[in-house]
Amino acid sequence: MTTKFLVFSALLAATPALAADDGSAVDAARVEKTVASSFANAPEGWDDRLKQDDAQRICTETRNEPPEELADKIVAAEKAKVKLPEDGKVIGDWKAGEKVAQNGRGFQFSDPPGTEAGGNCYACHQLDPKETSYGTLGPSLKGYGKGFKFSDDAAKATYAKIYNAQSVLPCSNMPRFGANHVLTETQMKDVTAYLFDPASPVNK
Amino acid sequence: MRSKPIGGALAGLAAIALTLGLTALGSAQDGASSGASNSAAEIERYRKMIDDPMANPGFLNVDRGEALWSEARGDKAVSLETCDLGEGPGVLEGAYAKLPRYFKDSDQVMDLEQRLLWCMEKVQAFDTKAIRAKPFSGPGRGSDMEDLVAFIANKSSGMKIEAPLAHPKEKELYRIGEALFFRRSSVMDFSCATCHGAPNKRIRTTDLPQFDTPNPSAQASMASWPTYRVSQSATRTMQHRLWDCYRQMRMPAPGYASEAVTALALYLNKNAEGGELKVPSIKR
Ligand code: HEC
Ligand code: HEC
Repeated sequence: MTTKFLVFSALLAATPALAADDGSAVDAARVEKTVASSFANAPEGWDDRLKQDDAQRICTETRNEPPEELADKIVAAEKAKVKLPEDGKVIGDWKAGEKVAQNGRGFQFSDPPGTEAGGNCYACHQLDPKETSYGTLGPSLKGYGKGFKFSDDAAKATYAKIYNAQSVLPCSNMPRFGANHVLTETQMKDVTAYLFDPASPVNK
Repeated sequence: MRSKPIGGALAGLAAIALTLGLTALGSAQDGASSGASNSAAEIERYRKMIDDPMANPGFLNVDRGEALWSEARGDKAVSLETCDLGEGPGVLEGAYAKLPRYFKDSDQVMDLEQRLLWCMEKVQAFDTKAIRAKPFSGPGRGSDMEDLVAFIANKSSGMKIEAPLAHPKEKELYRIGEALFFRRSSVMDFSCATCHGAPNKRIRTTDLPQFDTPNPSAQASMASWPTYRVSQSATRTMQHRLWDCYRQMRMPAPGYASEAVTALALYLNKNAEGGELKVPSIKR
């Protein structure tokens, strides 16, 4: 059976655009045909960007509100992908972490080859209260480590969150930085330090 | 043919750059702090410039597009003046406000840019290969499409966006556009909805319009394209905007005039219905 995108689910009940009674839904295969034809000129090595993994597919089909059993399935699969640093240390250099948080480059078709990718945390989060250019797609992380009394367990949990946001919250809008190979282990340690080092401006 | 004070418009551009102190800005999320560049006062200033051909260089494109529309080109050496943009051959008034829409001759839903390519090929027998390969303007290189779109869209200025979805193929493409809007993919797991799926969100300091439901921010956005982008010194079309958003999604570049872009534009226009076009607009 092919999956249907249910257009008039309760989620969209507020949308008067099309009457629910016409009952039409679009076949997922038809949508994928559009994707294939519209991105037919993708450069070599970019094919994976077009495909969806299980989490992406489920989150797409459920509009980021997976029913319990699918939510559990995502959390289990994404948790299994998380690799903590072998030496157990999740705190790196907060100054390097600040650069990772500021840097929004990487993986765009306009980026020159070899561009180092950043975490772009400021696109979505407030961090250092002195930085006024921050987005609001995610919650404020001002004073984050301090709020957890700089606990080592909390730092580890945060490293895991950054590694794979969906291992904690299925269908989170936050990227899975480690699982999708966007950030390196060093970068994730550094950004964890930016959140958890008492000397970091995030905690001032 | 109307003539517009071209020198005046260029002087106007210099004035904009000076008064607003604008330099080329990267995309809002590239990491450069965009400061208070979209403060309410600045937006109000842009608004005043939209209708003023002296201050909005987009009207240079309008003039060039007007000349291009009536120029004999292609193997048939005829102009585009018999091209049917949906309101009948050669009818420009109000055509853009209702695009994308279904065309019987091509049995396809087309946006303005697809339709223009179609007319170039069918009406003029003009070879569109070069345009398809490099549709957007760049440093030292203009764009026929940006000129034609500015000219034709301007003929719908003051009119309201319509997307009645009367034809089954329009309904189908709308559904495809909707599915694409929520489709998560690539290394950041983004979909359009990640950034445009809730009210009053920002990336860095850039306000994000919401597009997943009919609302005034969707109306204001869709009613402002094509737009002269000061940061790029170019007039940009919806094809370019969505190309740029797919770039931010870390997806490959969508093909110019591809089905995905038209499907999304139709979906966006449905949620922007009733928005009053004021184009070409001008923005950062
Ligand atoms: C595209 C948006 C986006 C980006 C980019 C992003 N995040 Fe998030 N983040 C979110 C959202 C949305 C949430 C809330 C939902 C959740 O907990 O998953 C969140 C939650 C978090 C949390 C948990 C907060 C809590 O409730 O305790 C942490 C920690 C965090 N982000 C850190 C980061 C770091 C560090 C980066 C950069 C390396 C980053 N985020 C990049 C969107 C983003
Ligand atoms: C990672 C974030 C992000 C994603 C994902 C994204 N956009 Fe955008 N979008 C932006 C930003 C930033 C702007 C610029 C807003 C501005 O400059 O006012 C923008 C602008 C736009 C505009 C023009 C708004 C205006 O008023 O000028 C449209 C239309 C749009 N996006 C549609 C889409 C669609 C459709 C998709 C999916 C194919 C998408 N976006 C995906 C961040 C994003």
